[in-house]
Amino acid sequence: MTATERHSPPDIDVAGAARTRHPLRWVASIILLILAAQLVNLLITNPNFKWDVVARYFNAQVIGAGIITTLYLTVIAMAVGVIGGVLVAMGRLSQNPIARIVSGLYVWFFRGTPVLVQLVLWYNLSALMPRISFGIPFGPEFLTADTNQLITPLLAAILGLGLNEAAYMAEIIRGGLMSVDPGQTEAASALGMSRGRTFRRIILPQAMRFIVPPTGSQVISMLKATSLVSVIALADLLYTVQAIYNRTFQTIPLLIVACVWYLVITSVLYVGQSFIERHYARGATRNAPQSFWSFLLFRRRQAAPAPTREETPS
Amino acid sequence: MSMPMVHARAVRKSFGPLEVLKGIDLTVERGEVVVILGPSGSGKSTFLRCVNQLETIEGGAIHVDGELIGFRASGGRVHHLGDRDITRQRREIGMVFQQFNLFPHFTVVQNIMEAPVGVRRESRAKARARALALLERVGLADKTNSYPRQLSGGQQQRVAIARALAMEPKLMLFDEPTSALDPELVGEVLATMKGLANDGLTMIVVTHEVGFAREVADRVVFMDGGVIVESGPPSEVLDNPQNPRTRAFLSKVL
Ligand SMILES: Nc1ncnc2c1ncn2[C@@H]1O[C@H](COP(=O)(O)OP(=O)(O)OP(=O)(O)O)[C@@H](O)[C@H]1O
Ligand SMILES: [Mg+2]
Repeated sequence: MTATERHSPPDIDVAGAARTRHPLRWVASIILLILAAQLVNLLITNPNFKWDVVARYFNAQVIGAGIITTLYLTVIAMAVGVIGGVLVAMGRLSQNPIARIVSGLYVWFFRGTPVLVQLVLWYNLSALMPRISFGIPFGPEFLTADTNQLITPLLAAILGLGLNEAAYMAEIIRGGLMSVDPGQTEAASALGMSRGRTFRRIILPQAMRFIVPPTGSQVISMLKATSLVSVIALADLLYTVQAIYNRTFQTIPLLIVACVWYLVITSVLYVGQSFIERHYARGATRNAPQSFWSFLLFRRRQAAPAPTREETPS
Repeated sequence: MSMPMVHARAVRKSFGPLEVLKGIDLTVERGEVVVILGPSGSGKSTFLRCVNQLETIEGGAIHVDGELIGFRASGGRVHHLGDRDITRQRREIGMVFQQFNLFPHFTVVQNIMEAPVGVRRESRAKARARALALLERVGLADKTNSYPRQLSGGQQQRVAIARALAMEPKLMLFDEPTSALDPELVGEVLATMKGLANDGLTMIVVTHEVGFAREVADRVVFMDGGVIVESGPPSEVLDNPQNPRTRAFLSKVL
């Protein structure tokens, strides 16, 4: 037994182990703190920020009007995006090859070109076709209108932002629908449920978990994207401050006013967004006490459908 | 003459170049329990899915309770059925899947009530009463308001059986109902199925549970390579197989 004694490990207790030191972490922290202090110093002492000007314009009525334009543009463009997205997603998942190709080209074009370019294109539609008419191609026309009168800056903004958003929403919706286990459709079919009913009762409610949270982030992106409409002279928040500083040359203070307002609104939206995400995380588990872990388990179980005993209280 | 519940003749089905069913002939009498055995890839699931029109057959014909499945013969020609008729035919046939496929956003009782209320337009009260009776029958009366993921695999599969029974099917198809279960949960599901067999339900069961086949089946069918190789009472097919392929398969699973 001498061999065993020779090879038995020395008597050690890890209870008193010294902690590992992280000197680099300390260095990085100190550098970051110094940089932060300098930034605060700059904000306070640099007179070019003109905080008094910021304060004066912060509650100005014109700014309020700009904010309202920004908000309703966000809502309308997002509504166009969601409705268009549903239609395009339906096309993408359709049995009809023409519908698939058309909707695929739609997504390809609108995601592949900058939204700023799309906005300017809509705004200048009259250069492409001075009159817009609805009728049978090469046949009679039922309705014609002067493009310049029809496409106001507001309509150009809604079309530009909304149709672009539809391409992104279509992909979100399509992804959500596809992430529902095909076994669900089979089970519904086997019970004699119609396609429409299967979609409404079985597929859509399960897909919402994958659709709603990213849609929330799209709303936040849309709010910021509306600032692009200032290039087509629509009086949103950014355009309004630009109009003011073009007169008064107080560029920086007015941009700060806009930034702060954007931050306020996006912060409110972020809070809403996190509520939505938590709601859907809970929806994945229903009544289960540790919702976060069950949420993770739910995700995993989709990949490995056979449930194991550990996951089953009772 | 009493009509058989299932009459499949020369059923063929391919996936692209792969011919999966190469002429299946199978007759299942009323109240009969037929167990289909066979190696992986032999086409057992595909055949069940054809009976329930989750796949469309490409040759031959399947009749269930005398009605041609998936097609309509008129004026010497055969036409594909439309969605409405396919849906109607499926209501008469219950199916239980290996992966249960319960609706995770519904409670147990909602899972069972969904089709009777939504498809057969039954009143909620009536559907609920029957759902509760069915839960009693599969031994899950205390799980009425649980969500599927709160149940064990065996319990989920028994709910899935109750869900299929709620449509009062003439015929039940089981595709490896116990293959996704931990060994100690298999028994409870097989016991439930045995109960249904004793009540006279017509059943086609694909399973690897030879013990179940021996005890419950009226007939055992052995499939291999897209054809039925051997068929007969369990005592013959299981204990005295004539075909070498059946023998080879049984020596592996027994
Ligand atoms: N939708 C499909 N597309 C292409 N091939 C398929 C499809 N469904 C089944 N197959 C193929 O058909 C063959 C038979 O499949 P099937 O699922 O019917 O076998 P099985 O007898 O049920 O096997 P197992 O015991 O593994 O379940 C397999 O080779 C399978 O890969
Ligand atoms: Mg199978």
